[in-house]
Amino acid sequence: MSAEFLQFLFSGVTLGATYGLVGLGFSIIYNASNVINFAQGEFVMMGGMGTVFFLGLGLPMPVAILAAIALTTLFGFGLERFAIAPARGANVVTLIIITIGASIVMRGLAQVVWGKEFHAVPPFSGDEPITIAGATILPQSLWVLGITVLLVIALRFFFEKTIMGKAIIATSLNRDAAMLMGINVRFVLFISFGLSAALGAIAGILVSPITLTNFEAGIMLGLKGFCAAILGGLGNGMGAVAGGLIVGIAEAMGAGYLISEYKDAIAFVLILLVLFFKPSGLFGKTGTERV
Amino acid sequence: MTSRQNSIKKTIAALGMVAGAFAVTAQDAQAADPIKIGTFLSVTGPASFLGDPELKTLELYIEKLNEGGGVLGRQLELVQYDVGVDSKKAITAVKRLISQDEVDVIIGGSTSGATMAVVPLVEKAGVPFISLAGAVAIVEPVKKWVFKTPHTDKMACGKIFEDLQARGLTTIAMISGTGGFGKSMNGQCTKLAPAYNIKIAISESYGPKDTDMTAQLTKIKGVDGVQAVVNAGFGQGPAIVTKNYRQLGMTAPLYQSHGVASKKFIELAGDAAEGVRLPAAALLVADTLPDGDAQKPVVQAYSKDYSEAYGGSVSTFGGHAYDGLQIAVAAIVRAGSTDKEAVRNEIEKTSGYVGTGGVVNMSADDHLGLDLSAFRMLEIKNGDWSIVK
Amino acid sequence: MEKLKSPRTGGILVLCAIIAILPAFLSNAFQMEIAILIFFNAIVCIGLNLLIGYGGQISLGHGAFVGLGAYGSAILSMGQGWDPLLAMVIAAIFTGVLAFVIARPILKLKGHYLAMATLGMGIIISIVINTEDQFTGGPDGMYVDGLSFVTKQIHWYWIIGALLIFSVWASLNLIHSPIGRALRAVHGSEVAAEVVGVDTTRFKVMIFVVSAVFASVVGSLGVYYSNFVTPDIAGFFHSIELVVMVVFGGMASTFGAVVGAAILTTLPQFLTFLHDYEHLVFGLILMLTMIYLPKGLVPTITAFFKKGDKS
Repeated sequence: MSAEFLQFLFSGVTLGATYGLVGLGFSIIYNASNVINFAQGEFVMMGGMGTVFFLGLGLPMPVAILAAIALTTLFGFGLERFAIAPARGANVVTLIIITIGASIVMRGLAQVVWGKEFHAVPPFSGDEPITIAGATILPQSLWVLGITVLLVIALRFFFEKTIMGKAIIATSLNRDAAMLMGINVRFVLFISFGLSAALGAIAGILVSPITLTNFEAGIMLGLKGFCAAILGGLGNGMGAVAGGLIVGIAEAMGAGYLISEYKDAIAFVLILLVLFFKPSGLFGKTGTERV
Repeated sequence: MTSRQNSIKKTIAALGMVAGAFAVTAQDAQAADPIKIGTFLSVTGPASFLGDPELKTLELYIEKLNEGGGVLGRQLELVQYDVGVDSKKAITAVKRLISQDEVDVIIGGSTSGATMAVVPLVEKAGVPFISLAGAVAIVEPVKKWVFKTPHTDKMACGKIFEDLQARGLTTIAMISGTGGFGKSMNGQCTKLAPAYNIKIAISESYGPKDTDMTAQLTKIKGVDGVQAVVNAGFGQGPAIVTKNYRQLGMTAPLYQSHGVASKKFIELAGDAAEGVRLPAAALLVADTLPDGDAQKPVVQAYSKDYSEAYGGSVSTFGGHAYDGLQIAVAAIVRAGSTDKEAVRNEIEKTSGYVGTGGVVNMSADDHLGLDLSAFRMLEIKNGDWSIVK
Repeated sequence: MEKLKSPRTGGILVLCAIIAILPAFLSNAFQMEIAILIFFNAIVCIGLNLLIGYGGQISLGHGAFVGLGAYGSAILSMGQGWDPLLAMVIAAIFTGVLAFVIARPILKLKGHYLAMATLGMGIIISIVINTEDQFTGGPDGMYVDGLSFVTKQIHWYWIIGALLIFSVWASLNLIHSPIGRALRAVHGSEVAAEVVGVDTTRFKVMIFVVSAVFASVVGSLGVYYSNFVTPDIAGFFHSIELVVMVVFGGMASTFGAVVGAAILTTLPQFLTFLHDYEHLVFGLILMLTMIYLPKGLVPTITAFFKKGDKS
């Protein structure tokens, strides 16, 4: 493996893991509500910008990070309680437009409160690159990868072993049956939005030392996360992470070996090809449509 | 030089007093219609790096002028629209400024793309227009109603190439943003390179919202004989390029353009910014300028005003807006009215104006009025700007 | 069915009347400009509404079709020196053929996968426009000569206004034709429609192509009107904006598409006085409307008056 290839791989995997985390957030909300949450990218932005803001207040890094995650989670809960819940019964396209509205509102708020400037979150453990076989990787990239792996394991545990997790899975499989079984579907929805928001915030915090952040930073990350979720098969959490890695690596290799201007296009061409041959994504369920 | 400034200030103050007297007698200073200054800037979007300080500067100084009694006894009114980085929005905004708001002069256009898109409109309507964008195409060839204050991309290339020659470097790589400024500067540098005996071995590009340029830089790293790298672009992109550059352990000198001439760049790029060189206006090094420098009092005053009002440090972009406003106001005062033709003629006659960007001497065939001497080659040392001797 | 007939002709007459008297209330070129922009957006939304509201197929890439029309015309008329009208027709045919070719694989997808595919297609087209700057002028856009025989703004107003009325009429007729009924069957339940013998894919492809051609023609005319085109026209945001207009006004309502386009084209211009708060307030208005009027403006208002009649 050449050093060049390894270098492209490192940058692809780092961004890919972030896309995967964002995609995971899409999947969780989709499972609970069938809604594609277009404000997912704004959760990512709030994580990064929130950390910058709390650091600015003089809080130590770990506290600032937790505060930013808590703030974003509150917004997730709020989105469900004040925007999605009151519109219950509206069709899915309407709900999607509501989340688009929410994303505009969150960007608008961030712009008014935190300003329009770009900010850099300090890296967690320095920015002295580590050299591996001629290629370099930032310590922050290792943080991104490590925490993504931990989160994936923790989520698996949550969904398979805890009552709450099982309730979410049950709701996603069959909402009516879940309700009949005594699961509080509204509460499941509420928790799902909070959980997605927290995941988005973590992704934003992890990646902003590398990519910088401002009030509009969530737009692109949100879009790529959506790609990841679709590529992996909507609703399949592990699929979203895999999808994210594929998108990230395809982009990096495209920029490295093909034409850098077309690297975003490469990711989308890949997705179209996959969808044409596997209409439910790589790891999606190909069930029959309910009539 | 400063005497002209002073005389302008005196004129303004005197006229203010006249206006004040009127206010007492007429009970209403608003009797005279305000002078309308229209602006359209990239306040949001990838170029907010430029538009944000520009707008803040215009707001600050228009307020200051109004506190001092306005201009020609009339208050100034700023009409502003945010156009992001969409030239189409800029066209809508300028149509609105011209036909609905009926502004007297337009100062704005953060990006070259937005500026070039509205040039036909402004020329047709006949409104004096001072652009805050970089591309040389804005003033070459000269357009009757269009002026600009920032140094051109062509000048930036020239200044960088001079420095390369002085260091004996001849083979370079370029990495440019795909936005208007990056593309335009890339084109100008490519055109200018042979004149300085410089060879561009490889040219790479990145999108305005890209967050990782290691792939492009790895390619550059793989090209033998590259002695320096020039990055044409503005906003956060060059900060990421700089970070990635250090991450990859690249050691050839890195040059940025005047598109990053803001403390924000050093803050974003952090330690990676050490040793980066760029051509920029004297504004950035206000306090380290020698005492005899004509620009020193102007840039120090602007720095102080801006930091007091908004905190943080100045960028040259806000400075371009400051210069634009001062040139326009001085022209209105000299013209003695807001008659568009008269104001245009007076802007064209601007000479010896000492601004944040340099000493401006405009003429019928130079609607910029700056030369290469307006640029200083800066190097980032210990997290601050320093002048390359 | 009978109920729908009277508002149909009534609605068109009201629209004609509004378009006829509006110029009397527009005091300057800018207000006229906004009126024309509304007409342009309304025409695209009418086409898109056929797809979303009646075909039940979401498209997050419609901006790309507008962009293809716009750039097709721009490149052919400026770069190749073609007659602008011929350029417009060729661009529309090209867009239609492209839509036809990609329609079959894309429309096989369901729901959000379809959304993703149309979004991806749109983004690819917009990246090509942004990158191939020797033809398109790149991110800064390009200047385009107008039509030599339509130079006055008011003439444009009447032409596009007439085109809007024609579009409304054509859309209403299509909806109430046998094809329209088949389409609504597709929206109701695709499986059920197939069972009773409706060739759903054929109808979906047809409506996809029709809405793409609508968009392309508007793109071409828009370029000739404004003399300038930038890649944002084909971008993700423009596509989303168009969908939002349709849903805001009311899905499956032709007049809803017109009203949605009118309000959401004007609103940002009204809100500019809020400066920094502009986007925040716009987002709040959008959210509140969709939360409390989930069916969109026009269907909600119509339902309200119908209730009133009965009581």
